[in-house]
Formats: sequence, C-alpha cells, structure tokens
Amino acid sequence: MSESSLRDAFQTALQIPAEQITDGLQYNSIRQWDSVGHMALVAEIESRFAVVLSTDEILGLSSFAEAKRILGSHGIECNGESS
Amino acid sequence: MSALEQLFAAEQFSLPTEARRSLLLAEVNELTCWHEERCPAYANILRASGVRLPLERLEDLPYIPVRLFKNRRLQSIPDEAVFKVLASSGTTSQTPSRIVLDRATAQAQTHALAAIMNTVLQRRRMPMLICDAANVLKDRTAYSARGAGILGMSTFGRDHFYALDDRMELRSDELDQWLAARRGEAIFIFGFTFMVWQYVIQRLLEAQRRIEPHGGLLIHGGGWKTLQEQAIDAATYRHVACETLGVAGVFNYYGMVEQTGSIYMECTHGYLHPSNFSEVIVRDYRTWQPCPQGIEGVLQTISVLPRSYPGHSLLTEDLAVVHGVDDCPCGRKGARFTVSGRIPHAELRGCSDTHARSAVGVGW
Repeated sequence: MSESSLRDAFQTALQIPAEQITDGLQYNSIRQWDSVGHMALVAEIESRFAVVLSTDEILGLSSFAEAKRILGSHGIECNGESS
Repeated sequence: MSALEQLFAAEQFSLPTEARRSLLLAEVNELTCWHEERCPAYANILRASGVRLPLERLEDLPYIPVRLFKNRRLQSIPDEAVFKVLASSGTTSQTPSRIVLDRATAQAQTHALAAIMNTVLQRRRMPMLICDAANVLKDRTAYSARGAGILGMSTFGRDHFYALDDRMELRSDELDQWLAARRGEAIFIFGFTFMVWQYVIQRLLEAQRRIEPHGGLLIHGGGWKTLQEQAIDAATYRHVACETLGVAGVFNYYGMVEQTGSIYMECTHGYLHPSNFSEVIVRDYRTWQPCPQGIEGVLQTISVLPRSYPGHSLLTEDLAVVHGVDDCPCGRKGARFTVSGRIPHAELRGCSDTHARSAVGVGW
C-alpha cells in the first residue's frame, strides 16, 4: 500500500487540499483536524485499510508521519513516495 | 517517576486508599503551588484560606465552589497557550462555566479517561450507538459539554451511529439497518442519563420494541435530577435499560466539565469509585468538616489533572455519601460512594438535565 492511499484518506476525511498533507501535519494544527475531524479520519483509515485501531493508537495518531508509523505496525507500509 | 506518572502507570482502582492518597497529596501540593504562582485569583483564595503549603493532609486542601467558573475565567496559563475552551451545559438563561485548556491538560484528560474507560470496555472498540443527535457537534468552534462528552467517548467505539434526529426523534428505520448489519456483535451504547431514558428507551417501549441481547454495555452520565423527579431510581433504570437495549451491563458515571477526564465510574455493585487521578471528600454543610462514613454531605472532588486552570479541588453542588473505603465487594479499592442529589437551590445543570428543561419547556 502506498503513501498516496493514506494521503487520500487524509484528504477525504479532513477535506483539505493535498498540498497541506505533509509529514509535519499535526493534530489540531489546522481547523479541519480537530476532534471531530479526528474521528472522521480514524473511520476513513479503518475502512480504507481494513484495520481496527486500538484506543491508544487513536490517541497517539497525532501527525501524518505518526499515521504512517501506526499503519506500518499493522503491516501496512506507506513508504511509496516521499512527501 | 513523578507521583502523576505513578498514578498513570498503576492499574486503575488497584491502589489502596492510603497509598493512592500519598501520591495524590504529593501531586496536589505541587499543583497548588503551580496555580498560586500563575493565577492571581487563585492565589487570593489560597491566602484567604490561611493554609500553609505543603499540606500534610488531603482534607486541608482548599476547595473552590464549582460555580466560580461561571462568574469568572480562571486560568493558569498565558492566553497564547490556550488550546480549547470548554463550556459547561447552560441554557440562554444560565451562565455556562468556561474551562480553559492547554494541550498538556487536554492530553492528560484524554489519557486518564481512556485508562478509566478501559476498565469496563476492556480495550475493545465496539460498534457504538450514541443516544443523541449528530447536530450536537455541528458548531465545531464551540462545543457544548454534551458535544465534548460525546466526542471524548467516541474514541472508545467505532462505526458510530447517532440514534436521534435533529428533533430528538428516534431514527427507528436507520437504527434497524445499523443493528442488522452488526448482528452478533456486542454494542457500546452511550448517552446522557435522561436522554437515553426519554428519547431511546421510552420510544422503544412505546413501540413495543427491544434491541436483541448483544452482550454489550450502556455507559451513561450527566445527571439524575430530572429522572429523580419522575421517581426513576438507579435499579429501575438499570433493569429497564438491560431489557430494552439488550445490554449485559449498565454503568453510570459521575463527572463534570470542570474536571474532565477523571470521571467516577460505577462498579457492578452500583457504587462509584475514584480513579487513580482523583479523590472525594464529603463535607458537612454546616461545619465544612469531612462527614463520617454513611452520612450525607456536600461532595468535594479532587483531581490531579487540571493544570491550565485552578480546578484541582472543587466543591460541587451535589450531595453524596461515602459508604466505605477499600471494602467494595467488586474488588475495587478506594472510597465506595453514591451521589444522592443536588443541594437545594442549586441551578439545574448537568448535560442531560439541561436538555430536560428545554425539552419540557419550563422557563427559568
């Protein structure tokens, strides 16, 4: 699975343009990624990658880079293209 | 490890009161100095109380009336560090409390809540049925306490379904479809005490319907006052909820927006217990001395989480009874207590009760 799929998930769930999605993108750093956006993002990631995240993972999903790491721990590598 | 780290690291409800209290005391001594240095209004209160720091007993910790957060904005952080402001339940005729959070405090609250919730959810994230309307989250810039409560709890479920529409009507057909797609799975049902009862359970009963038993849980909180007026007690509530919602367990929690995160969770024997992050002291309303066990008084709640605002020791407007300490048959350590009601003349508040008042159209 490539990074672009995760990027799509962020774009769809948070409704933000692709260029805003970088490794440095952090929870609550933009208006769209607030706690409501966070729940939408979790739902999108879970359905798109067919994973169930733990509570700790949801609370720890604090940046785009961290999302890649968490998916990696589920055996889903997101190192396709760099950001 | 700091006292706070130890409280996070220890299994919830496992610490005997004496051990927990000594960690809490170390933490609140530090926290009290923190607020004294950063919040002038709190420093005044502390000075007026005449206590000397460090405190030797938790009982000596000054408490501030929860109502003070309505009258003024109390904060222990500079304005630029404000991350979120929570507003308590309040209708137009009531003034909401304003609780100022920075990132660190918000994060501590979230992690504390997760630790407590996991003791009943056992780290499962079940499909979640929310007994509320999705529009409670519509205004993303200013959450009500109800919205914040729902959002905080949403983390612990998945495939969220809001059971009510904007007019508080049960979405029966959509609910049937949602349940059908999850047949065989345990469901986590969440809502505010009054709203679960009035808008979901009562509607199901009227339609002579019930949700098939699924082995899941109902967790509810937010105030009993309106149901007490209807003479619905906890045992009746639990029984009817199990019958109609198909849950295997019903857990009431006690908490308030002024101390988000460190909620008190009911055990299977119907008692509330403090988590590792908090303590309760019941005070005689004439002498303000701690009441003996079994005697009703005004509830003071201590939490080690509030750092961005001086809310670590509050005098609530609720009456409570401590029935015993470290002796609950459920095995949880700590005080075993029940909340018996509001002190007379307290404003109607609490997430579910505020809605009750507007629902029945009573003016204030």
